[in-house]
Amino acid sequence: MEVKVKVLKNKPAPWDVKREIIVKEEAETNLKYGCPPNQRPLQQHIRYGFVNLDKPRGPSSHEVTAWVKRILNILHAGHGGTLETLI
Amino acid sequence: MTGVLPIALEDSTKTLQVVLAGGKEYVGVMKLHGNVEYERIIEVFNEFVGEIYQRPPVRASVKRRLRKRKIYYSRVLEVEGRNVLFKVGCQSGTYIRKMIHDIGEILGCGAHMAELRRIRAGPYTEDKNLVKLQDLADAYADWKEKGDEEALRKLILPVETSIELTPKVYVKDSAVDAICHGAHVAIPGIVKLSSNIKQGELVAILTLKEELVALGKAKMTTEEILEKDYGLAIKTERVIMQPGTYPKTW
Repeated sequence: MEVKVKVLKNKPAPWDVKREIIVKEEAETNLKYGCPPNQRPLQQHIRYGFVNLDKPRGPSSHEVTAWVKRILNILHAGHGGTLETLI
Repeated sequence: MTGVLPIALEDSTKTLQVVLAGGKEYVGVMKLHGNVEYERIIEVFNEFVGEIYQRPPVRASVKRRLRKRKIYYSRVLEVEGRNVLFKVGCQSGTYIRKMIHDIGEILGCGAHMAELRRIRAGPYTEDKNLVKLQDLADAYADWKEKGDEEALRKLILPVETSIELTPKVYVKDSAVDAICHGAHVAIPGIVKLSSNIKQGELVAILTLKEELVALGKAKMTTEEILEKDYGLAIKTERVIMQPGTYPKTW
């Protein structure tokens, strides 16, 4: 039992891991290139986009993903973990 | 079952692996098949943490070999008669229905899962930017029919939201294009980085404008990268940014 508790203390949930950013060297970025994520043109925004979808009850995760593809008229989409349907 | 189902669009599908690595949180209702003392239910839930073994259900779409999964926490929120409202934080790929069945066996009376809602998948949570299918369809129509892109822009999140829980390495403009072509990240290209990077860990490679360039495997720890002046720090694995976005300097 004690061993189990030890393992857990060493392994916090991924969302509980605290990290900070450490600077190694000062550097600047040229505004001529690239684009900050929240300023992308809409087509690009979709291409490099995620939807935090509220999955409805009933259809499978796979079906819902296919609907999103059809709604947004895109070729590829994938989901982050199947939410099973209740049988 | 309902709740958080992050959908990666087009090029973002390349980062789904880090979303999966971020774990899951659920709330659900367990239906007991008999009467059990309140304290006993609490006790069994609180103890159901750490590494557990599960065999995928018969109708699962994956190979049915025994898998090891971590339960980060599991607790009871409320008990009403034979209904138990619970909350669980676990590794991706944990079968909550199976876990609830097993808890029922331990309690002696048997139990099944009556309701389940996912409230977290990696960095995506129920209380931040959760979108309904209908809203997405309406926003798309606004854009296509009225040229109004504001609603759609708001519902879609940049791919960078998917790496929120992932350790990060920021690189100089001059290093970006080579990485887009698959080059690995060498120490001189690194400007800043997350603390506690371990060897072998998956890291996100970003520009100083916070754009995701690629995902890679750390070959050095944070301390080593800070100490050394040269050497291979990150092995590039999946490139997300289009080559040519930054100038070619190599």
